[in-house]
Amino acid sequence: MDYDVSLRIDYRYSLPTAQGQALVRVEPLDVPGVQAVRDLRLVLDPAPTERRMFRDFFGNHVTALAWDMPVAELSLDLRFSALRTAVPPPDVSARLDRLADSIAALRSLSPDAPQHCLAPSRRVPRDAGMTAFARAALRPGMTALEAVLAIAARLHGEMRFAAGATHVDTPAAESFARREGVCQDFAHILIGCLRSIGIPAGYVSGFLRTVPPPGQPRLEGADAMHAWVRAWVGGDAGWIEIDPTNDCHVGTDHIVIGYGRDYDDIAPVRGALRGAGRQDSVQRVDVSVRG
Amino acid sequence: MNDDGTAFAAHPYLSGYSPGSGAADEVFDAAGRMRPAWQPFLSMFTGFSPDEVRQRFERGDQYLRDAGVYFRRYSGDPLDARQWPLSHVPVILDEGEWSTICDGLAQRADLLEAVMADLYGPGTLVADGHLPAELVAGNPHWLRPMVGVRPVGGHYLHFLAFEVGRSPDGNWLVLGDRTQAPSGAGFALENRMATRRIFPEPYPRSYTHRLSGFFETFRESLGRLAQAPGGVARDIGLLTPGRANDAFFEHFYIARYLGMPLLEGEDVIVEDAEAKLRTIEGPVPLGLLWRRIDSEFADPLECDPTSRIGVPGLMQAVRAGNLALVNALGSGVLEARAMMAFLPRIARVLTGAPLALPNLATWWCGGAEERAFVQANRRRMVVGPALATDLPFGQANDAGAPGDDAPGRGHVGQEAVTLSTTPRWIGDGAAGRLVPCPMTVRVFAARTADGWRFMQGGYARVGPPGDATALSMQSGGAVADVLVVSQRPVTPPSAPGGEPQSVGAAPRRRAEYAALPTRAADNLFWLGRYVSRFEDTVRLLRALHLRIATTAASGDPLLDAMTLALDALGVPADKPLPAHVIAVLDRARDCAERVRDRFSVDGWVAIDDLVRTAHDLAPRIGPGDDAARAMSVLLRKTSGVSGIVTDTMYRFSGWRFLSLGRALERADMLAHALSRFAVPGGQAGMLDIALEVGDGAMAHRRRYALHASEASVMELLALDAGNPRSLLFQVEALHDLAAALPNAAEAGRPGPVLRAILPLRSALEVAQPETLGSDALTRLRSDLAAISDAITGAYLR
Repeated sequence: MDYDVSLRIDYRYSLPTAQGQALVRVEPLDVPGVQAVRDLRLVLDPAPTERRMFRDFFGNHVTALAWDMPVAELSLDLRFSALRTAVPPPDVSARLDRLADSIAALRSLSPDAPQHCLAPSRRVPRDAGMTAFARAALRPGMTALEAVLAIAARLHGEMRFAAGATHVDTPAAESFARREGVCQDFAHILIGCLRSIGIPAGYVSGFLRTVPPPGQPRLEGADAMHAWVRAWVGGDAGWIEIDPTNDCHVGTDHIVIGYGRDYDDIAPVRGALRGAGRQDSVQRVDVSVRG
Repeated sequence: MNDDGTAFAAHPYLSGYSPGSGAADEVFDAAGRMRPAWQPFLSMFTGFSPDEVRQRFERGDQYLRDAGVYFRRYSGDPLDARQWPLSHVPVILDEGEWSTICDGLAQRADLLEAVMADLYGPGTLVADGHLPAELVAGNPHWLRPMVGVRPVGGHYLHFLAFEVGRSPDGNWLVLGDRTQAPSGAGFALENRMATRRIFPEPYPRSYTHRLSGFFETFRESLGRLAQAPGGVARDIGLLTPGRANDAFFEHFYIARYLGMPLLEGEDVIVEDAEAKLRTIEGPVPLGLLWRRIDSEFADPLECDPTSRIGVPGLMQAVRAGNLALVNALGSGVLEARAMMAFLPRIARVLTGAPLALPNLATWWCGGAEERAFVQANRRRMVVGPALATDLPFGQANDAGAPGDDAPGRGHVGQEAVTLSTTPRWIGDGAAGRLVPCPMTVRVFAARTADGWRFMQGGYARVGPPGDATALSMQSGGAVADVLVVSQRPVTPPSAPGGEPQSVGAAPRRRAEYAALPTRAADNLFWLGRYVSRFEDTVRLLRALHLRIATTAASGDPLLDAMTLALDALGVPADKPLPAHVIAVLDRARDCAERVRDRFSVDGWVAIDDLVRTAHDLAPRIGPGDDAARAMSVLLRKTSGVSGIVTDTMYRFSGWRFLSLGRALERADMLAHALSRFAVPGGQAGMLDIALEVGDGAMAHRRRYALHASEASVMELLALDAGNPRSLLFQVEALHDLAAALPNAAEAGRPGPVLRAILPLRSALEVAQPETLGSDALTRLRSDLAAISDAITGAYLR
């Protein structure tokens, strides 16, 4: 599927600092055989006084920006085209009770090593409620992949998608307790559940196509940037991606920006722009099929 | 002295000293013989009467109090600074034994450097199976942004501490590695100063290796590391998390001792991937930060985004190779308990040799065999979180311990070592005696051009008798000096001590010529303002209460006028010492504490004493005479502060900002008082109030052989350039101070601050008493506000 994607985010800071800095992670990855990005353009207003690019540990594209003046309003305008190829879900997976051995057999700290996504992270601390929820979905003899699908289905069944029910800094545990939230919460909660039973799980930031294929329902979360989960289900299968907000495999309707352990690793904008004041932001996303 | 050390061992202080079986003791070896290093000391000590012991210990405590040594208890109260818990009896170690320890630790330091370089570089230890990936990837102190980054100068580790203890077989063990941002070296210096006051005798004094030299050498190393390419010197700073940190004392102590500025995150900015110090002269390139904040908080953009103590963009300067950090970011990864399970093998792999000094036997429960072993030997083990960084003694506090469950991948089992004991003085008066108490020793190592250099002595933590779980100060442990002694005098007894100067000593010259950090200037400026505002408000309150004391009738117009004048300052005269006034003083103390590295010990003690006195007096004083006398006490103490602080500060930029603040606030308060009490048409008695508030009653009597008139008061308090408390005098001072600041002139013309001051100065110089009505005084106050804004705009942003 070939897409034209546009993203615009407008930030407003009530008490900007004298100088501003930000790290922006919105430029999508090229994923060989899965996703090819072209014609990318990222415009910042006001124009920054410094702009440099680098790749972070996980390989994500990072744009480092600095302004030598207070920035009370910032807008970010991203456009690109992406060709997305369907990936069939794996048909093999390690048995859940053997997964720990498979992980331990991997002697690597490389960015795609599952070990990075096993321990609690800042946005996904250990949570007894999530552990109990995950365990309740398990059946003896399950593969890791079956466990992921079962937990994601259970979560989707109990959680209500509610735009505006939570904000970007709402703890996952709070959203989980209320059983409602946005895609970021769905992703963090599923990550917490999976890690609690020993399945490495990380956060994926990206986009959803805005208008569904004919005859299919519109996907939740298409009006803004989206987030889902990747889970490591064994040495042969490796990472699979699943969208808990829509309880579906990640296929050609999704476009990946990048990967991390949780939101903090791949937040679209991490800034030091404001003092004690408030921050408001408005996002507009359009993901349309070319042609 | 008896050669075999038995005669005085029967002394009451020592006769009950019985180290437990199953533990080593510092005084007595395994055969029960007194170690030679202790003999001369205990021989001397047992010669002191209980009274003399008490007096000597008190000398040491007095020193620590005077020096202001404290540690912060984490309680939320900014005044909760606890007395330094010195165990007055030092730990004495023979130099031969010490050098064995240091040799072992030098090897370990090199090993840690190699492990660090691998964890942030090629990762071969994990690839080759010498270290499980999950212990690295799951460790919150392993910083992903540092992977692949080469540290400036090629080394990651520069300043380390090791926690060592003596095991029951008499040999030394490493209990923990402190690689993140080790503390205690500054406290060790202060312990030594106190010990020398307690035991000034030739033994141990002349036979003890000096602590000094260690820091000087390290300072030189830092200077080299801070250089820009081409050998250009760049600034160095000590980065502190701030006043709330338990070791803040040490941060400003070391900063002052080594002549480097004490910096907080907001002092540093990053521009074009270069770290710069914000100073009153603009950004100055910074070559090195000795960080006392944990790596995770160093850069909110790339590490913990909630950090408010870091520097946004710091990682970019590090990545570009433009800034050295001591130690490199991410060094905390080496502190995990689980590392000790693998270091013995890694030592063989990387160096081909076993660890010269073993570490605490540790088993990671991720392996089936190890797990079974730990489970089978549970009673001889401390089982705790694999990635914990504290010592495995606070068993009860190990939140992540598995309890009765089987240990798993997240746990380590560590051999439960019984620590050696060292004497601590317990009991008062005649009941006082030496009691064996468990201890650990912290050893400090610094990287120099000639390799690792060790502080010759150190810092011991001593628990209560029989309780090795309460070693930390936070839980009631004490600290002791560690003396490394030689059998021969180290320096001739007559030589002036090569020991470090105390905190009160003059800072190194370097720092005086470095540009003043903006935050320091800002705090000094406001310290000056708050102290003056407090002082002049208290003068007004004293004038009020002196009259309340002698006025029977309420509704007295003079009292009303004074209450209104206080109201106009935002001070409700509801209580003799209103909370508002105390708050001004608290703010002054806050400002002072933020720049404590710039004060003498006496200056700080004077401020602290003033604040405590005010808090103490406030709830106890009644209106009238009682309050007036209390105000006099506070005014005397305030003069003490002003005198000590301003007279002892070097006449450089810092002092100028402090003085600018004082002069501005004094001028403003004076203009306010004059507009209320010295303009024509006032009540009888008002001029006296003006003279009291303006501190000019004496001068007026001397200069004018007549009753006060509006003209005489206005002339003295506003226009007399010879009166150090007059308005004109303050404005002249503002001018002279501002003219001496950097960039005071722009291209030969007065800069913005001088441009704000000059018209006011000219106007006052030519003014006549009768032209200074209340309108003119109100205008003058807004001119002063404009000067304050100009100072802020030009230097403090």
